Amino acid sequence: MSIEVRVPTVLRTHTDGARAVSAEGETLQELIEDLESRHEGLKTRIVGDNGDLARFVNVYVNDEDARFLDGINTALSDGDTVSILPAVAGGGR
Amino acid sequence: MWGRFDLDGATVEQIVEHGHSDFPYEVCGLLAGQRARPESGQGADAQPARVQAIYRVPNASRSMTSYSMEPKAMLHAFNDMDDRELDLLAIYHTHTHTEAFPSPTDVELATYPDAVYLICSLQDDEPVIRAFDIVRGKITERTLQIDGRPAAVGAR
Repeated sequence: MSIEVRVPTVLRTHTDGARAVSAEGETLQELIEDLESRHEGLKTRIVGDNGDLARFVNVYVNDEDARFLDGINTALSDGDTVSILPAVAGGGR
Repeated sequence: MWGRFDLDGATVEQIVEHGHSDFPYEVCGLLAGQRARPESGQGADAQPARVQAIYRVPNASRSMTSYSMEPKAMLHAFNDMDDRELDLLAIYHTHTHTEAFPSPTDVELATYPDAVYLICSLQDDEPVIRAFDIVRGKITERTLQIDGRPAAVGAR
């Protein structure tokens, strides 16, 4: 089971500059653990202290925001693409 | 102030028009193009990057005081940049009731250290755009040049 993970520029220091890497896992959580074993330091950028997806990072399975699926427990299938993007937010106050 | 950021007038007009289109709510978007490469032997200032794509991303907060890029539209924009081999040059948003200067929220949530943060204030009749680097909580303003001329900067 192979999942393609698209890595944003800001996280490519963890992947030797690669914009996409492969990893395995039945769920997002397993995938993130596998990613961490291959590319140390990624996990802390994706997972918050409470063990769930970090608040200001968007993780997508194919086209869907994982928050609207099952969060970190979202099930993955062979051939899925997972994308990671730090959220873009701010404001006048 | 250090560094410079160059924009063409047409891009500036599009940002302002986008800002007016949903006033008094804040709008946000992304500018992409080819960043000057260090290996080309020229400094980043020597050959300014050219904006090749403007992505208007819906503000999921639809608020007068904050913005949060709608996740799916944002993903599509970043995928398009990847497909076209464009770099993210800048992240823009409007302040509809405050000056064109990063708010504490802007600084706290700035997660793209390589992008320039453009803030367009629409609080007065005349729009004011300013450019900043926001890296690890530190704000550094860049000299914004529009069509090769320094942009007029309003009062802070």
